[in-house]
Amino acid sequence: MKSKWKALTRQQLFLPIFSLIVVLLINLVKDPGFFQIGLQNGVLYGRLIDILNRGSEIAILAVGQTLVVAVSAGTDISVGSVMSLTACGTCMMLAGYGNNSVTELAVPMGVGICFGLLLAFLCGCMNGALVAKLKIQPMVATLILYTGARAIGLVLCNNQITYIRYEPYKYFGNFLPGCPIPTPIFIAAAVIALMALFLKKTALGLYIQSVGINSRASRISGINADMICFWCYAICGLCAGIAGIIASSRIYSADSNNIGLNYEMDAILAVALGGNSLGGGKFNLSGSIVGAYTIQAITTTLLAMGVSTDQAPVVKAIIVIAIVVVQAPAFKQMLANRAARRSAAGKEAVG
Amino acid sequence: MENNVLIEMRNIRKTFPGVVALDNAQLTLHRGEIHALMGENGAGKSTIIKCLTGVYERDAGEVYMDGVEGNIWNHSTMDAQNIGIATVYQEVNLCPNLSVAENLFIGRAPTGRFGAVDWKTMNRKAQKIMDDLDIQVDVTRNLENYSIAIQQMVAIARAVDMDCRVLILDEPTSSLDDKEVEKLFRLMRQLRDKGVGILFVTHFLEQVYEVCDRITVMRNGQFVGDYTVAELPRVKLVAAMLGKDFDDLAAIKQEGTGKEKGEVLVECKNMSHKGTIKPFDFVIRKGEVVGLTGLLGSGRSEMVRCIYGADRSQTGTETMGGKEVHIRQPLDAIKLGMGYLPDDRKAEGCIADLSVKENIMLALQARQGIFHRVSEAKQNEIADRYIKELSIKTPSRETPISQLSGGNQQKVILARWLATDPEFLILDEPTRGIDIGTKTEIQKKVIELAGKGMSVVFISSELEEMLRTCSRLYVMRDGANVGQITDENGPITQEEVMSAIAGGDSHEK
Amino acid sequence: MKQTAVKKDGSRRTFNGNNMLLAITILLFVVMYTTGCIVYRDKGFPHLQTFLNLFITNAGLICVACGMTCVMLTGGIDISVGSLIAMDCMLLAFGMGIKGIPCIPMVLLVLAIGIVFGAVQGYLIGYLEIQPFIVTMAGLFFGRGMTAVICTDQISITQDMNQLFYSWANAKITLPAFLGYTNKKGKVIAPFIRPTVLIALAVVVVIFLVLKYTKFGRALYAVGGNPVSAAMMGLNVKKIKMQAYILSSFLCSIGAICYCLNTMSGSVQQARGFEIDAIASSVIGGTLLTGGVGNVIGSLFGCLINGTITQLVTTNGKLLSSWANIATAALLMAFIILQSIFAMVKNRNR
Repeated sequence: MKSKWKALTRQQLFLPIFSLIVVLLINLVKDPGFFQIGLQNGVLYGRLIDILNRGSEIAILAVGQTLVVAVSAGTDISVGSVMSLTACGTCMMLAGYGNNSVTELAVPMGVGICFGLLLAFLCGCMNGALVAKLKIQPMVATLILYTGARAIGLVLCNNQITYIRYEPYKYFGNFLPGCPIPTPIFIAAAVIALMALFLKKTALGLYIQSVGINSRASRISGINADMICFWCYAICGLCAGIAGIIASSRIYSADSNNIGLNYEMDAILAVALGGNSLGGGKFNLSGSIVGAYTIQAITTTLLAMGVSTDQAPVVKAIIVIAIVVVQAPAFKQMLANRAARRSAAGKEAVG
Repeated sequence: MENNVLIEMRNIRKTFPGVVALDNAQLTLHRGEIHALMGENGAGKSTIIKCLTGVYERDAGEVYMDGVEGNIWNHSTMDAQNIGIATVYQEVNLCPNLSVAENLFIGRAPTGRFGAVDWKTMNRKAQKIMDDLDIQVDVTRNLENYSIAIQQMVAIARAVDMDCRVLILDEPTSSLDDKEVEKLFRLMRQLRDKGVGILFVTHFLEQVYEVCDRITVMRNGQFVGDYTVAELPRVKLVAAMLGKDFDDLAAIKQEGTGKEKGEVLVECKNMSHKGTIKPFDFVIRKGEVVGLTGLLGSGRSEMVRCIYGADRSQTGTETMGGKEVHIRQPLDAIKLGMGYLPDDRKAEGCIADLSVKENIMLALQARQGIFHRVSEAKQNEIADRYIKELSIKTPSRETPISQLSGGNQQKVILARWLATDPEFLILDEPTRGIDIGTKTEIQKKVIELAGKGMSVVFISSELEEMLRTCSRLYVMRDGANVGQITDENGPITQEEVMSAIAGGDSHEK
Repeated sequence: MKQTAVKKDGSRRTFNGNNMLLAITILLFVVMYTTGCIVYRDKGFPHLQTFLNLFITNAGLICVACGMTCVMLTGGIDISVGSLIAMDCMLLAFGMGIKGIPCIPMVLLVLAIGIVFGAVQGYLIGYLEIQPFIVTMAGLFFGRGMTAVICTDQISITQDMNQLFYSWANAKITLPAFLGYTNKKGKVIAPFIRPTVLIALAVVVVIFLVLKYTKFGRALYAVGGNPVSAAMMGLNVKKIKMQAYILSSFLCSIGAICYCLNTMSGSVQQARGFEIDAIASSVIGGTLLTGGVGNVIGSLFGCLINGTITQLVTTNGKLLSSWANIATAALLMAFIILQSIFAMVKNRNR
């Protein structure tokens, strides 16, 4: 029994699924109507739908973040700001520079969105170049855009909130006409499926893990370690861009100061909660995704309990610290030493 | 002489999971002598030193200092330092960003008023120490401004000033030039005359004979002998280090290695890598097994790294199959049909957390490119084939490689290269640190591969192995390719190789 | 060659890449400030008061940058500072403004919180060996969240709320009149500074002395230079790292008090992105991200450059304030790249 339990807890997906179940149970006890799903005005509503919907951005970010963590043992803390920059870039293009509320688009919607995604991709490339080529610690490198990207977004939008009051632009973050399921769920599913397919059909997964575990040995075995690292950051930037478009579409505007706020924390937490080591190496995408929705479930629960969005990070910070402490080799060593000392003391007492 | 013994280590045994690193090892160090500790890779030199300095805890055996048993320093390096055992490593353990004076005094800086660090006194004292030892440095400059030699001398000076009586120098000369080495030796002799016992680990024979008084030789974790320099000529020393007692391996026959000469496969002219290997020429024919012989640090690994492109050659040309090739990175070499099994299995071979299967697939996958993933079925087939062919002992192909024993890990890495079906395979110390049975298997495999037309470069610290597998040997000494020995006029003998490694007479046959 | 390098206190380092970075920094500051004086000469830029304002507005930043430098010397980083400032400010505003607690206990409480905050972070980094970035990032979100937990509204500290704190904030230390200028009405206006400037300068001096003349200070350098060696030479690396983070958070709390004296308010959004200003100041001032090199004089100049950028942007009046952030981020990137190039050149020469 005990060994079975141990084997179960050792499964990588154990931690995220366990936490998800705990969170959902808490909700069920507090509010029996939690799992109700209903139809209203032709669209689905309910807490679960809300979690799936709101969790889309985090899930998309978690996809990119997982790769970055695996390949470089560091995290990209610029993702939230890059989301904001993408939103601003897209809205600026769609509205035309200087306009803060439009009902007619200045350029076709596709062009605006591509421009936003391009900005995000370039941000990812910049992070990648700094980390892979110049060998700068990942977090320092991404710290630059952590503040820089948001500021650039503000400049693009001329320090205003740019509203795009154009119906199709709202589709990405809300509902497609006639479809009861929120669009972000589809987008997140598409991104996840695409990445899963990519990992399955190409050797990227093997390359990333191999570089993350031992980049010297990978190089000797013919893998261009720098290039892999660079592309992981670029992909991460692109993911942040997609998440940024959704976030912007939800509120059909670019609110530079608030879009993507604290999302870097959620993305990193999703990866850690997914059972992936923040020390890099082996990764499990599905773990991160479950982790992402778990985070959203936590956030939704906190909000339901009357905790404001500004206060929620306290809880998340404590969870992050708890996870990394448990993961830390020094901590395990400490526990082992303590156990050894105790058993030695026990023996002495017996003898 | 007896009462002159400073350190005595007896019957030391140290095991790591799966490996016996030291068995019945012993070491005696006298006051006022320079004592060389010699041995090839895996001989246990660094392990015995770490047992002495408290980095490792020994499993069994006694250590005496001044006749007192020294369990006190069995646990911590600081304890060892406090009773006067100091170690200077090849990688200098000082802080390059601090001044020389600070490095001498860190943790025990002289303080003046209000407990503030008294820079004036510290610099004066430091300058005096350095002047006394006749090391010409400006103690106020940062350590990083000085050469490695000076840095090492600063480390020694620190040890001396902390009243060390045993000074362990772990390969201090590997990155020094002749002049710097001379300076270091002068300092060592000075200290010897002051009564310090110096344990000198090196692989440069010349230096041993220049500066040392006595030599302890180790092999395979065991004590071979303790000699005075005068009673042990070079060739005998090499023989003692390399050993001749490998009769249990003699079963391997020399068949078909390089008897009929194939056409030239790879030819290197005048290639070099700054700081590691001087310009060298190299030729290998199809189906030939060529050995690189020479002691550790003689440039064997550096030479093949250059050929393979792990370190980029700065000069010269490389041709393969008659065409000039430009190898910028290992991937280029792999695409040309080369393979390289590095000597440092942990740092450059294994991808620890990945499975046996993934480790085997890595190079083949890299050659195919990221978008042409080898199908799962094919991967399983290849993995299973090599697990069977090389009889890799693993619970399953999905087991992480880190859970395998050293020998099986090595076979996995070998499988990684065999899977790419290379024309030219470089094996750098493939038999190091693994059990005898696996060693034999790997040697057999090499001969078998050569029989099928593969060209193999084989590097080993064990001479027997080389003689058994190779038809031609390049002799390396001090970072240069100094000649070659072929079996054209009858089999190569051990004596021939040893005298060539030791240097001296002409060894071109 | 030997003679030129010797100076009486023995502190002189040779002219290498690191000193070059410091030289670039000082030069950059002079150039930026002179440009400002020339371009905005009508807007009062050349007055001494404008220069002193740099110190007044950036007193908090100077304190925080000193702490950041200490942490970065060990090879670590502390990105929790901005949030800690917000939390401290909010606490001061809430305690004095809403709860009516006198100001001395509040100030002491804030300083104590700084020490505890740093101790927790330091323990996790030093003893449990968790990446500093992860730990302090959690600290960042924790601090920001706690600010909102204390109070979600913006609170201003007015004169009625706390007389003493108000008087500290508005105290002027007037400099001799001949340094001043005559305004349009012909009245001589003497330049002044605020008490916060004295606090900030005191912090700079104290930390400078600590780094140079105490065993703890030298140990910071040693740990950053080569932690393995430092441990082998008998330093308690774990403890020193923990102390560095305690020092950083403590100085950050002092900085928060200075900051609060400037803004006289607490809000959740306060000091957002402050960590990058502090890190940029240290890095621009010649502190290596890899640790072991740097000093607070450089960081002081880094802060001044930071302040000058903001000053230039605000004096211009037309530019958005976020240009200042962009410029800081760009400057940080430039210096990081420079550092990394210097490091590469150094390795190649070796």
